[in-house]
Amino acid sequence: EYDLIIIGGGSGGLACSKEAAALGKKVMVLDYVVPTPLGTTWGLGGTCVNVGCIPKKLMHQAALLGQALQDSRKYGWQYEEQVKHNWEIMVEAIQNYIGSLNWGYRVSLREKSVTYLNSYGEFVEPHKIKATNRKGQVTYHTAETFVLATGERPRYPGIPGDKEFCITSDDLFSLPYCPGKTLVVGASYVALECAGFLAGLGLDVTVMVRSILLRGFDQEMAEKVGAHMETHGVKFIRKFVPVQASALFRSRLEVTVNDLCSVGRSKLTIICTAIGRDACTRNIGLDTIGVKINEKNGKVPVNDEEQTNVPYVYAIGDILDGKLELTPVAIQAGRLLARRLYGGSSRKCDYINVPTTVFTPLEYGSCGFPEERAIEEFGKENLEVYHSLFWPLEWTVPGRDNNTCYAKVICNKQDNNRVIGLHVLGPNAGEVTQGFAAAIKCGLTKELLDETIGIHPTCAEVFTTMDITKASGQDITQKGC
Amino acid sequence: KNEYDLLVIGGGSGGLACAKEAAQFGRKVAVLDYVDPSPQGTTWGLGGTCVNVGCIPKKLMHQAALLGSALKDAHHYGWNIAQPVHHTWSVMAQAVQNYVKSLNWGHRVQLQDKKVKYFNMKGSFSDPHTVRGLTKAGKETIVTADNIVIATGGRPKYPTHIAGALQYGITSDDLFWLKESPGKTLPSFILNVSLECAGFLTGIGLDTAVMMRSIPLRGFDQASMEYLTQMASLVTEHMESYGTKFLKRCFPTKVEKLESNRLQVTWKNTDLGTEETDSFDTVMWAVGRAPDTKTLNLETVGVKTNSETGKIIVDASEATSVPHIYAIGDITEGRPELTPTAIAAGKLLAQRLFGQSSELMDYDSVPTTVFTPLEYGCVGLSEEAAVQRHGSDNIEVFHAYYKPLEFTVAERDATQCYMKMVCLREREQRILGLHFIGPNAGEVIQGFALGIKCGATYPQLMKTVGIHPTCAEEVTKLHITKRSGLDATVTGC
Repeated sequence: EYDLIIIGGGSGGLACSKEAAALGKKVMVLDYVVPTPLGTTWGLGGTCVNVGCIPKKLMHQAALLGQALQDSRKYGWQYEEQVKHNWEIMVEAIQNYIGSLNWGYRVSLREKSVTYLNSYGEFVEPHKIKATNRKGQVTYHTAETFVLATGERPRYPGIPGDKEFCITSDDLFSLPYCPGKTLVVGASYVALECAGFLAGLGLDVTVMVRSILLRGFDQEMAEKVGAHMETHGVKFIRKFVPVQASALFRSRLEVTVNDLCSVGRSKLTIICTAIGRDACTRNIGLDTIGVKINEKNGKVPVNDEEQTNVPYVYAIGDILDGKLELTPVAIQAGRLLARRLYGGSSRKCDYINVPTTVFTPLEYGSCGFPEERAIEEFGKENLEVYHSLFWPLEWTVPGRDNNTCYAKVICNKQDNNRVIGLHVLGPNAGEVTQGFAAAIKCGLTKELLDETIGIHPTCAEVFTTMDITKASGQDITQKGC
Repeated sequence: KNEYDLLVIGGGSGGLACAKEAAQFGRKVAVLDYVDPSPQGTTWGLGGTCVNVGCIPKKLMHQAALLGSALKDAHHYGWNIAQPVHHTWSVMAQAVQNYVKSLNWGHRVQLQDKKVKYFNMKGSFSDPHTVRGLTKAGKETIVTADNIVIATGGRPKYPTHIAGALQYGITSDDLFWLKESPGKTLPSFILNVSLECAGFLTGIGLDTAVMMRSIPLRGFDQASMEYLTQMASLVTEHMESYGTKFLKRCFPTKVEKLESNRLQVTWKNTDLGTEETDSFDTVMWAVGRAPDTKTLNLETVGVKTNSETGKIIVDASEATSVPHIYAIGDITEGRPELTPTAIAAGKLLAQRLFGQSSELMDYDSVPTTVFTPLEYGCVGLSEEAAVQRHGSDNIEVFHAYYKPLEFTVAERDATQCYMKMVCLREREQRILGLHFIGPNAGEVIQGFALGIKCGATYPQLMKTVGIHPTCAEEVTKLHITKRSGLDATVTGC
């Protein structure tokens, strides 16, 4: 019936479908959101648009504006002392914007003649899927090629009371009431970003961490991210895991925590778990058609052309085993896949040196190797790490956080001091990091960094005047212009 | 024998960088710094233009204005702020001035730490190795050195042909040090400075008008000419929607003081051929800067200057026409007037003089940013310069109108948020220039400037994965060409 059927209407799925349609193919996209235990659901667009990047960054922005309000007094702005934040106003504004994006996607698909079904898709036999909509109506569809782009959903801790009393990021961004005193369980970027903006909005936030922060990220940077959050009022309970959640009375919850030595209790209003995400691959009939998945994490292994072990089935986005869980990567992979299938292209998705940013109160942008991984891969003696603290000019007048922002570049001495890792902790980290990622793709070296003139006054210019190496042990505290 | 290995005349960005670098090599170094008070009587401490009356106070006041916008945005994001909200100039000015003074202090401490001798004196040449320094009180000191670096920078010009301009007008030298609000202000003429100042003055709630002629100013490099075309009109369009009034194709003829102590400005409107007047609290001139060489006595030692601009002529190694006399920073002919280039040039010069280096300064592809309410950052060639150099058939311009995510909930107009990339059209598609208008333009452009230094091509940029959600990622997604005539508005994710 179709040239291409894509299961999953998120960043990857939509990008792929639109590209394939533009190349003249008959395309169908299925998208369906299984409601959360709380009953939350959302429209077309996937995680990023509905319960990921977009609402996250907007709430982060709301929190940053809270900080801006405080700074503004030092810059001469005057208004009444008491400023409070209204959660409902913020959520409504954000949800309205998301609604416009959902709508925009539907229009976009229609314009490109992509058939869209708001139905749950699963394989029933080779080349054939069963689509079930919300009302239970079933239709069947066949295609020459399939793309799996079903993404992931938050994992629950598997303790008594978890589904009853805990919410996840799936619920947080559309929560109709202010979460109040919140316990965030987890130390992923999701956990820290949520904890960060909740605290920035004036809420009492505690983060429960089993072991380390931001696993997989550069640990020196991760600790600095956490330290900044702590100095700004976020409480951390480290080396604890929750063992039970229960309701005390009405909406107050209790969490019983456990570590090796003691059992304690915490009274909170909301428990928000952010302990990882599970791929949506278990119930879509993959076993029926023989698509292999990694049993441990449910993710789909693919070759470098995003093809699964079943030749006519491809996969992109968060469900890929061993690949980055990022919107732009999924979009890139989806587009390139369509061009390879139907446009005669042979270009593959480049997963090397993909830049990212964690939007915690103090943002962390990076591209390339974390320092630990670089040491593992190249050996400490073959690396030179340049680093610097810096003080954003805008923070001088309000007297904020001197010697907190930090930047480092990791260079490979054996390859002309090639920059293999770049990390920055500071405001607008994403804007700063993006251009450097392009430069790294072009083979950036320390010499080129030194030769480039900085834009003054910015934070990004710190990378053009980095002289001190970690090896030298010299003091990097900033004293002035 | 000369007393010092190096004497630097001018304690600004370039001068201090050069002096401190030379001191690192164990050399005996002295710095002379002196600030002639402005016609209005404003003066300041060690550190030069950038620190005292340039980049630093400018960006801080720009930040104050941005925070004003943030206050408006905050409502949409759920923050309840009781109206009215108003801005008090003196609180801001004092905070900014205090910070600047801390930098003055920091510089003095640094010089001391590095054992550089500092004289708060005005220098003038007696002979190629001798400089006469004069304190404010008139006390004289003679300093001799093997090498001398002139880094005296520039000062704002006054349009002295306009009656009352000198008497009643101020410049950026004075604006940042005003204790009281400038009130209703007229920054005159078109230049980065006037737009930036007009921008933040509007942002903190002051009634501001910018008066400008239409003719591009002479003596400007290509990057600035670009500024007067597409990118400039987007920036000024935004400022207009933001509240700044523009008096286009007008030029002032006189400034008079009224009984109320306000100023009356008379100008000619060349479009209508009429003469108009209005009263202001402050008139600020931003009609260009003149090199500070008058009292240096350059003719005595034979240092050649450009007859039109008055700037000192130097070669690629910053050498003047006189052996052992060098010049760096804003005072040099043909160089960008930027702090980071002065600093880099100063450091490299010291390394060449005392550190056995032969590395010359690279003035190519220097990135810059104009800190108007909607910032404009750029690196490399302007579209016009690229067309001139390569021909419009040989270049491809990719462009996009985008909307910063943070503007959505804030319901802010993103009409002028725009970016364009100028590339060579032939196979490799090397990037010649990148232009970006939007928030945090400086932060966005810096990394891409590195890319251009690495010889980045359009395909390489397209291979770079974006960071989501940011404004910068839109650069990696540019694909609509001007040539195609297609709608360049970025739609959705």
